[in-house]
Amino acid sequence: MARVVVNLPATAKRGEIIEIKTLAAHPMETGFRHTQLGELVPRDIITRFVCIYNGVEIFSAELYPAIAANPLITFSTVAAESGMLEFRWTGDNGYAVTQSAPITVV
Amino acid sequence: MTTRREFLVLACGAFATAAEAQLDPSQEALRRAAFREAVRKVTGGAPVSRGRVKLDLPPLIDNGNTVPLSVSVESPMTGADHVRAIHVFTEKNPQPNVLSGHLGPRAGRASLVTRVRIADTQTVTAIAQLSDGTFWSDSVHVVVTLSACLEDGLI
Repeated sequence: MARVVVNLPATAKRGEIIEIKTLAAHPMETGFRHTQLGELVPRDIITRFVCIYNGVEIFSAELYPAIAANPLITFSTVAAESGMLEFRWTGDNGYAVTQSAPITVV
Repeated sequence: MTTRREFLVLACGAFATAAEAQLDPSQEALRRAAFREAVRKVTGGAPVSRGRVKLDLPPLIDNGNTVPLSVSVESPMTGADHVRAIHVFTEKNPQPNVLSGHLGPRAGRASLVTRVRIADTQTVTAIAQLSDGTFWSDSVHVVVTLSACLEDGLI
């Protein structure tokens, strides 16, 4: 099973800028490497990452083969209201993982 | 007849050249063209000014397979004035695009951290697209000792 890790504060003050760290366990095979027999290793990467905060997309990224294995993406958002943050990774060979994390805004 | 001394001098010279010019010159020209094309695709030919963007990469990279990269842009991040997107490009990787991040006023702060692969000693460029339609950039020259993709020689 594809594993992902998301790190963000469980509680935040309203209007505070919080940092969100995300990590997905993925080899990010570039599609530029060859095996010892000279065959090209097919590309297998995560191509897109999206973060949705209470139904509103607040951050998205397109990833390319130049992103290192186990892609780490850190970004920030304003803690607007309590609720759920949803994280989605999609990629080659039908890779799709969703993770969510609650946040309490006081 | 080549003496042992001459041979050593020649061999060292050959290695030194190989270490400096790692990529084939014709390949290098192709990749620079691909880089310019990728930038044009993002900017649509609009001028890109230097400044406001801070691209942070270690200047000397031991291992090009995992290189920490961070980009931050000076911006108030309000509804009227914010950063729409941050794009990162390399000029010598097999593909110029590295990452495109899309953000908005709800980001609060225009910053992005990730880890990238760097194939060769080269210049890495970050371009920020602002809500007023202007583009700002920063470039960093990095020296790579162990390249990503080295298994194949340099591809």
